[in-house]
Amino acid sequence: MLLVSVVLFSILQAAPGGPLTPYLQNPHITQADIERLRHNLGLDQPVYVQYFKWLWQVVRGDFGWSTSNSEPVIQAILDRMPATLELMGCAFSVSIVVGVVFGIVSAVRQYSWLDYLITTFAFFGQSMPVFWFALMLQLAFSVVGVTAFGYHFSLPSAGISSLDTFDLGDRLQHLVLPVIVLSLAFIAQYSRFMRSSMLEVLRTDYMRTAAAKGVSHTAVILKHGLKNALIPLVTIIALTLPGLFAGAIITETIFAWPGMGRLFYNALGQFDFAVLMGYMMLVSFLVIFCNLLADLCYAWLDPRVKYT
Amino acid sequence: MATAFAGVAPPRDDEFAQASVHVAALRRLARDPAAVIGAAIVAVVAVCAIFAPLITRVDPNAQDLTATLIPPMWIAGGNHAHVLGTDNLGRDLLTRIIWGSRVSAIVGLSVVAIGGTIGVTAGLVAGYRRGWVDAVIARITDVQLAFPLVLLAVAIVAVVGPGLLTVIAAIGLTSWVQYVRVVRAETMSLREREFVAAAEAAGATSRRIIARHLLPNVGSAVIVLGTFEIARAIVFESSLSFLGLGVPPTTPSWGGMLADGRQYLDTAWWTALFPGLAIMVAVMGVNLLGDGLRDALDPAAVN
Repeated sequence: MLLVSVVLFSILQAAPGGPLTPYLQNPHITQADIERLRHNLGLDQPVYVQYFKWLWQVVRGDFGWSTSNSEPVIQAILDRMPATLELMGCAFSVSIVVGVVFGIVSAVRQYSWLDYLITTFAFFGQSMPVFWFALMLQLAFSVVGVTAFGYHFSLPSAGISSLDTFDLGDRLQHLVLPVIVLSLAFIAQYSRFMRSSMLEVLRTDYMRTAAAKGVSHTAVILKHGLKNALIPLVTIIALTLPGLFAGAIITETIFAWPGMGRLFYNALGQFDFAVLMGYMMLVSFLVIFCNLLADLCYAWLDPRVKYT
Repeated sequence: MATAFAGVAPPRDDEFAQASVHVAALRRLARDPAAVIGAAIVAVVAVCAIFAPLITRVDPNAQDLTATLIPPMWIAGGNHAHVLGTDNLGRDLLTRIIWGSRVSAIVGLSVVAIGGTIGVTAGLVAGYRRGWVDAVIARITDVQLAFPLVLLAVAIVAVVGPGLLTVIAAIGLTSWVQYVRVVRAETMSLREREFVAAAEAAGATSRRIIARHLLPNVGSAVIVLGTFEIARAIVFESSLSFLGLGVPPTTPSWGGMLADGRQYLDTAWWTALFPGLAIMVAVMGVNLLGDGLRDALDPAAVN
C-alpha cells in the first residue's frame, strides 16, 4: 500500500498542470495571486514534504480537501459510495451466478447446441467494447424502445432513480441496463474459465467413483464437481476485480450514475489530485482486501490448503 | 542422408525439428475455420491501416456542413457518396473508419512490442536466475496485479495530456505483467530440463542460455499471449478515446468517433453504430486468431 501510494503520488506530481491550471487563463488573476494561492495550498513545497504531509493526514483518516468540489475528499467519496456499491454488488453477483451456471451447463453438455450458444456468447462478450454495448442498449431500450411479445419495453438510460422518494421498482428499472453492461464481460470470462475447469474435473476419478456409488447425477455435478471446479475460478475472480472498478468508471459515466467512478472521471478533468489519490488508495485497499478474502475462500473450498 | 545433400550443409537436427513443428502448427491453423476467419479479419484491418490513403479518396477530416448526419446509403435520405453516412460535421463515416484502423493497429502493435519486450525479458531472467532478482520481479508483478493499473493509466493520460504516445506508454505499462507471469512460469519448468543442463555443462553463459535455449521455447506462449494483448490494447485505446483521453480529435479513431456519435444517438444512430462495429469485428478477429494459434501451437491442450 505504501509503495503504491509513493508511486501514485510521484506520478501525479510529476505531471504538468495542477489544481491551479483553471486560473492561469483568467486575466483577472495576477501572477501574484497565483503565487499566494500556491503558497496557501502548500504547493510550493518540495514533493517529498507534500507527500509526508499527505501521508500523515491519511494515517489520521483525512484524505484532504477536494479542490474542485470544495468538500473533504472522504466526504465526497463516502457520499457516492452507496451508489457504486449498489451497482458493482449487483453486477458482481450477476456475473458470478450467471458465469458459473453457464460454465457448468456448457461443460456438462459439451458440444451440444447449448454449449455452442454459450461459448459463442462468451466470445462476443469478450470482444465487445463495454461502452459501445452500453450505447447500443441505450439506443434499443431508451431511444427506440423494444417491442416484443406484444409489450413495449423501455428502460431509463440515466441516473439512479427518477423519484426523490425511494421506490424499489423504479430503482430496479434504473439498475437493469448498467448492471447488464458492467457484468457482460465478466460473465463471458467466468463462464469460459468455469467451462474448462469443470471439463477437467468431470474427467477425474473421484467423479467417476461418486457416480459409481450411485450418487445422483445432479448431486455429483453440484457437490463434487462444482466445489472443485470453483477453486481456479476464485483466483480469476480476485484478479478481475480491478477491472470491475475500471469498468464502473465507464459504465457510471455513460449512465450518469452518481457513483465514485464518475467522481473519479470528473476529478481527472479538474486535476483534483486529492480526490484522485483518495479514490485510488481506496480501490487498492479494497482490491487487496478482496484478495485476502479469496485466500480464505480457498481454504474453505480446498481443505488441503493450510495457512500456518 | 548427409551424402545425398553433398555440398550442402545438412540441416542441424534442432533446426529441422523446429521447422517441421512450425509447419505442422500452420497446417493445423489453416484447417481451423474460426482461425482462418480471424486471420482474414486481421488481414483486412492491416490492409486498411497500411493503405488508407489509397483506399479512400476523401480526406477523413474533410467537413461538409451542408451534408451533416446523412444516413447510410440503404436508408431513405442516404446517397452513394457516403456509403455509411456522415457525422455531425459532414465527415464521411466509412473514410474515417478506414483511417481509424491506423490508430488501432499502431497502438495494438506498439503496446505488444513494449509490453512484450519488457515482460519477456523480465520473465526469462526471473525464471532462470531465481534468487533476489526473481524475488524483486515477483514482488513488482504482485503489486501491479493487485493494483487497479487501468485507473493509473487513465490518470496518467489525463494528467500528462492526451496523445498517441501517452496512450501507448500508459497501455504498455499495464500490459507487461502478463508476460512476466507466463514466461516466468514456463522458464522455471524449462530450466530443469536436460537441454539446459547440457548447455550449462558445455559452458554456455546465462545470457546465451536465455537467448538461444529458453527464448525459443517460450515463443509459442508469448505469441498467443501477444495476440490477446493486441485485442486488449485496441479496446483499451478506444475506451480512452471514448472518454476523451485518447488521441487528439483530429486523428480519426474508432473510440473518438463513438464519443462524437454518442451525442446524436437519438437522431443519427449510425454515427455510433458503425465505429463500434469496427472495434468489435477487429477485436473478434484478433481473438479468433489467438484462439486458433493457441490450439495450433499446443495440440495437447485442446479438449
